[in-house]
Amino acid sequence: MDHLKQPIEVAVVPKKDTALTIPSNLPRTRREASKGWAWPKLRELWEYRELLYFFAWRDIKVRYKQTVMGALWAIIQPFFTMVIFSLFFGRLANVPSDGVPYPVFSFTALVPWTFFANALAQASNSLVSNANMIKKIYFPRLALPIATVLAGIIDFAVAFIVLLGIMLFYGLVPTVNIIWLPFFALLALVTSLGVSLWLAVMNVQFRDVRYTVPFLTQAWLFMTPIAYPSSLLPEPWRTLYGLNPMAGVVEGFRWALLGTDTAPGKMIIVSSLVALILLIGGAFYFRRMEESFADVL
Amino acid sequence: MDDIAINVEALGKKYHIGGIQKSYYRLTDQLADIVTAPFRRAGNLIRGDARGVAELGETIWALKDISFQIKPGEVVGIIGRNGAGKSTLLKILSGITDPTDGYADIYGRVGSLLEVGTGFHPDLTGRENIYLNGAILGMKKTEIDRKLDEIVAFAEIDKFLDTPVKHYSSGMYVRLAFSVAAHLEPEILLVDEVLAVGDMAFQRKCLGKMDDVAQAGRTVVFVSHNMGLLQALCQRGIFLHQGGVDTDGTITEAVDAYLQTLEQARSHDLSKRTDRKGQGHARLLGAEVVNDSDGSSSILKTGQPARFVFYVDTLLLGMACDFHIYDTIGQPVTSFKSRLRGPKDAYDPSLGLKFVCDIDELLLLPGRYRIDVAIVGDNRLQDFIEAAAVFEVGDGHVGGRPAQHDGKFSVVMSHRWTLPTKL
Repeated sequence: MDHLKQPIEVAVVPKKDTALTIPSNLPRTRREASKGWAWPKLRELWEYRELLYFFAWRDIKVRYKQTVMGALWAIIQPFFTMVIFSLFFGRLANVPSDGVPYPVFSFTALVPWTFFANALAQASNSLVSNANMIKKIYFPRLALPIATVLAGIIDFAVAFIVLLGIMLFYGLVPTVNIIWLPFFALLALVTSLGVSLWLAVMNVQFRDVRYTVPFLTQAWLFMTPIAYPSSLLPEPWRTLYGLNPMAGVVEGFRWALLGTDTAPGKMIIVSSLVALILLIGGAFYFRRMEESFADVL
Repeated sequence: MDDIAINVEALGKKYHIGGIQKSYYRLTDQLADIVTAPFRRAGNLIRGDARGVAELGETIWALKDISFQIKPGEVVGIIGRNGAGKSTLLKILSGITDPTDGYADIYGRVGSLLEVGTGFHPDLTGRENIYLNGAILGMKKTEIDRKLDEIVAFAEIDKFLDTPVKHYSSGMYVRLAFSVAAHLEPEILLVDEVLAVGDMAFQRKCLGKMDDVAQAGRTVVFVSHNMGLLQALCQRGIFLHQGGVDTDGTITEAVDAYLQTLEQARSHDLSKRTDRKGQGHARLLGAEVVNDSDGSSSILKTGQPARFVFYVDTLLLGMACDFHIYDTIGQPVTSFKSRLRGPKDAYDPSLGLKFVCDIDELLLLPGRYRIDVAIVGDNRLQDFIEAAAVFEVGDGHVGGRPAQHDGKFSVVMSHRWTLPTKL
């Protein structure tokens, strides 16, 4: 307390009435109570796009500070999951893998999955862990969860290169379907962002979310065709499986890279729709709740 | 419209306190609440405690019906006691939180320095933090590129620019933080009690910088407890009292009104005071200033002993008491800290729930003073009350020399002269 009260020597400067008038074309900002649902502040987010970049850059720089393995963690996590899955599901349980070597089959799915799981874990905490900033400075709050999700792209890229290496090791060459891969990567991004927005906002009000996310991620892992192929399911159930957008992402990745014949037609459409609804709904929910962040945190 | 920078109209902000809006719920609490709420609401309606779904009570208006206008280029000081709504007002103006009622129109880009160093990351270097913090405050990258040298020079950290800030001394840290913030160039600048950082030389530099900002014709709104500082920097003052505008006039008028209420706030029963800060696990119940010789009179004399007694409601681990003495115009005079031990300090188990500070020779000049008291325990600030007591010092002697009231100075020292004389 007392550091605020230290005596300060003040040089008394003569006051002069500054005759400077600010032109009337200055933008007006009105601060008032927000009424119900409103459009997400996307334009403002665009104006602050550099902040988005700096937040993502901070997350990337800081993520593996003080770790021995550093960026290797981006590979270790999916790689060892793949090894475990290959041993237990591939070897012991003889789970079918759409005619592809099981390790490649599962790793192809684990690359986008790890991106999704990490995005959830970190973005759901992004508002709470930056509470101090939210309470003291105004900036578009959306920047926090979005930047956290975007920061995961680096890890994703590293894991993806390893995936290509593993494919080469097994003598597999990507099919022409690979031109669709960016679409599936985008779908993974939209899904991650959508779910993260919901969780991040709920976490502000209900800290239960922090404990729910690891469990949710684990359950979701098994509800997604990662250790097994969705071709185990007959239609129309496979299309319905697309209600889990990560199912569409995973099968899309396999189709684009490995050419599995699970051509993801209707399932992908369902997944894309669900992912979009999650994202748009999340953005509106965020907008509705964001004015209370500083008061509740 | 071109002569208005900020227009505040019937602004109000309501906070829920107590049970309704906790800092966060558990989901189970919320579910239980959903089940029981209909019954409770019906009960409230029957008893007339509620209107519709809204439950009455348990809310406070941090700001109520505030209206004022600020012209471009004006430098305005906002003053008031803890809890008067100053910080809430700045938070609304900067957009951190929305008002409940009314509105505030702001013309131009707003920059706010509500706390320096927020958003600094300890693992990033000074340079990286300048960019990160600048972006958070709303600066463009090109703008930061342009000002980087200036920011570094101002903060005096050039040698450590590429060192992670966790290795910085606390002085370097705040200097860098302030320096980034001070180079923000919005049309309207909101500043909350951030100037008193670093050592004296740096403080003076900060003040100079703030004065430049004001002289450059930008609109500045200051919140500070340092009346001397506000009087030096501002022309206009707005005194907030209990969530409303009490005085809006020249800075001197506002400061006078503020100091008057501070003295009125003095009450022997401090437990009723609500304008306090801290955890609240231990609270200050009363503060007494007595003339040691008879123990009853609150009139002290310069050069005589004085005793300060602070009553608390409970004792905590590592508990300590700090108090600061201010003069009538709010200038800090001196402070006392029980944490800094002296060889004559004593523990007395029979003392009960109080702290006693004895002064053998009061070296304050005659005049009126107030004390702010802080209670620390469990390593955290537990309670802090401004103007917990006000006392009068009467004429007396120090070292046999008369000490007289002086409008300007507050402290006297025992001393002796050696004088030349004509043989």
